[in-house]
Amino acid sequence: MTTIAMGEMEQLRKEADNLKDQITAARKAMQDTTLQEAAASINVVGRVQLKTRKTLRGHLAKIYAMHWSTDSKLCVSASQDGKLIVWDSITTNKVNAIPLKSSWVMTCAYAPSGNLVACGGLDNMCSIYNLKGKDGNVKVMRELAAHTGYLSCCRFLSDSEIITSSGDCTCVLWDIETGTQKTIFAGHQGDCMSLAVSPDFKFFISGACDFTAKLWDIREGTCRQTFGGHESDINAIGFFPNGNAVITGSDDASCKLYDLRADQELITYQDSSIMCGVTSLAPSLSGRLLLAGYDDFNVNIWDTLKAERVGVLAGHDNRVSCIGVSSDGMACCTGSWDSFLKIWN
Amino acid sequence: MTINTLLVKEGCPQEQMACFRKMEKVIVAMQDPDMGMKMRNQRLLITVIPHAMTGHDIITWLIQKYCISEEEALHLGNLLVKYGYIYPLKEPRSLVLRRDESPYRFQTPYFWTSTQWPATELDYAIYLAKKNIRKQGELMEYEKERYSLLHKRINHTWDFVVMQAREQLRASKQRRKADRIVLECQEQAYWLINRPAIEACQRALGRNRVKSSNCLEGFLKHSEQYQNHDPIMQGCLPSNPWISDDAAHWTMNADVVPVPTRLRVERWSFSFMELLSDTMGRKEFMTYLEKEFSAENLCFWQACEEIRHGENSRISEKVNEIYKNFLAPGAARWVNIDSKTMYKTLEGIKRPHRFVMDDAQMHIYFLMKKDSYPRYLKSDLYKNMLAKAIVPQETKKSVFPFMRRQRHSSPSPAQAATQATEEDGRVKEAGQAGANA
Repeated sequence: MTTIAMGEMEQLRKEADNLKDQITAARKAMQDTTLQEAAASINVVGRVQLKTRKTLRGHLAKIYAMHWSTDSKLCVSASQDGKLIVWDSITTNKVNAIPLKSSWVMTCAYAPSGNLVACGGLDNMCSIYNLKGKDGNVKVMRELAAHTGYLSCCRFLSDSEIITSSGDCTCVLWDIETGTQKTIFAGHQGDCMSLAVSPDFKFFISGACDFTAKLWDIREGTCRQTFGGHESDINAIGFFPNGNAVITGSDDASCKLYDLRADQELITYQDSSIMCGVTSLAPSLSGRLLLAGYDDFNVNIWDTLKAERVGVLAGHDNRVSCIGVSSDGMACCTGSWDSFLKIWN
Repeated sequence: MTINTLLVKEGCPQEQMACFRKMEKVIVAMQDPDMGMKMRNQRLLITVIPHAMTGHDIITWLIQKYCISEEEALHLGNLLVKYGYIYPLKEPRSLVLRRDESPYRFQTPYFWTSTQWPATELDYAIYLAKKNIRKQGELMEYEKERYSLLHKRINHTWDFVVMQAREQLRASKQRRKADRIVLECQEQAYWLINRPAIEACQRALGRNRVKSSNCLEGFLKHSEQYQNHDPIMQGCLPSNPWISDDAAHWTMNADVVPVPTRLRVERWSFSFMELLSDTMGRKEFMTYLEKEFSAENLCFWQACEEIRHGENSRISEKVNEIYKNFLAPGAARWVNIDSKTMYKTLEGIKRPHRFVMDDAQMHIYFLMKKDSYPRYLKSDLYKNMLAKAIVPQETKKSVFPFMRRQRHSSPSPAQAATQATEEDGRVKEAGQAGANA
């Protein structure tokens, strides 16, 4: 290498962190308070005890995913026994038991209209099923195949569009009618594990094994913001109910709240006694409580504004793999590797 | 382990480094004097470049060394090129491995991605300036944009940039042409790969950030406002269907009811979006707007929503309908949009797509939100609805008198706080998390 190139490199090294330092400084400048100060005026939520009201029995193997319907009564669950079951959670009856082509399912979703459900997993495909077919049978409507890695999560925008996240490090927006990819959201450098859509359907967030969460603009197809700070894979992600913050759950045993407008992490939910990873999370309707499922078979309930643990749901005999709060906020459903779903409130 | 082929770097995370180390082992093996690739002088037009190899050679070597198929060798070779370990001498912008006589060269280790020299603005500016000086008009579109952006951003050091560029060009003129071409190609390959990092950093720096105090306050306000609506926090009336098996709550809050509950009507006042998301709320608002002769705004907004969330195949049809009813001059329900947005929308309609109505829809949404919505909340229509609304009585009856049934999710947190300190003591022990340190 010539001496001039060496000089350039020195310059690079000196100027190297300039941009990055400026960004860190800009973020710090906006940290004008601590959580303790900001939340000083409110009392911590008292001890929260939820009881199991229903147990949904029927799966024969580990449950990997569940999703509530928007009517807050029906829900769908996916298990590696190769079945997708739609439950009437009040009566505990199975409304549909859909056999899957591939039993290695990792995710499932209910369309907001209630007409469709979707699932996918190690088959790298997202299969869409029509629940309201003419003859009453539930059939595969579409098979969305283009990912080169496993399907980790999927969420409907409507009956026409669905977003999927995959182990191939991308998220994709599909047009269900034609079965084609509309937009590919690339940028993560590790398997995408989870995604959540914003309340206004304009953005979605994804959490990945590169320890970061990204906010994507659905229309533009671009990554608007990236949030780091976790020390291990992000397994679960969700929006705070007002859509202004992202909550992530990670293998590093913590959950973090990132504010979109402050562009940084504001709150961490962790405890020295918790040493296992977070598998799933869901905020309560008001956002005051965060329910998070862990590898140690429990669900911890956090007071989001005080960052304190205020309850535990202990009732499963194996890892809690999925959790969801119904849209009317009435009930929380947990699914576990012990093959049961439990409804709590 | 997968590597994303689109490099948007913000520092190299550990998994990527591991992949790079593996690639580098391959590269080192390729350059082994005994078992490595046979390199020779390659002709590039009339210049002879030393220590180069052909794409064909690379693939053959990979096949032999690792006993893999040609397809796999091609894929592996392509990755090596994409990540900058080998660069093409012909068509340097196309980072692809061709299995023919195209010449390639190994990138000098200084420029390896894993050495993590973060590509900064200053150096990129110098590189672009050099290109500009060397041959006017040789910069590509995106490079021109970058150039003017950088010129604005680091204007204070621009003299330095130009000076450095001139110095480097002068020094390079004194090199042998072969060396010069090689170095240019090295540099170009490096910048092709490292360019995105700067963009992302610049975007991040230019972002407007809100103070954390305002953000946290926002969350507090939201939680407070919705606390009564959060059944896990406050329980619900008349009773929680999960506990009492009485579905009265759901019946009372169905989509369309003769008289809504008070909580529901209150919720319409939280935000405009809340009002619009509730079927009944929207109906009520429509009634109000009809009285004000501005109902076309809501109809327009609803029609736009149907496009955004509806089937792809019907988009053109729906867009035409909207144009006929709301946008065409003299339309029956013409909506008042500013001329700029109207022009943009009409242009967009020529090639209809899902988001073509977004700007117009946003304009009307804000119009309603700022004007009609606040007046609706003050109107008699709303106030009467609020007064009429039901406040459900807590159901006292219990089906089996000897079975005690809890009415609320046990004890709803608000109540728990006022209980004995003994309770609090237990709360404090049983897993009070360390707050965010």
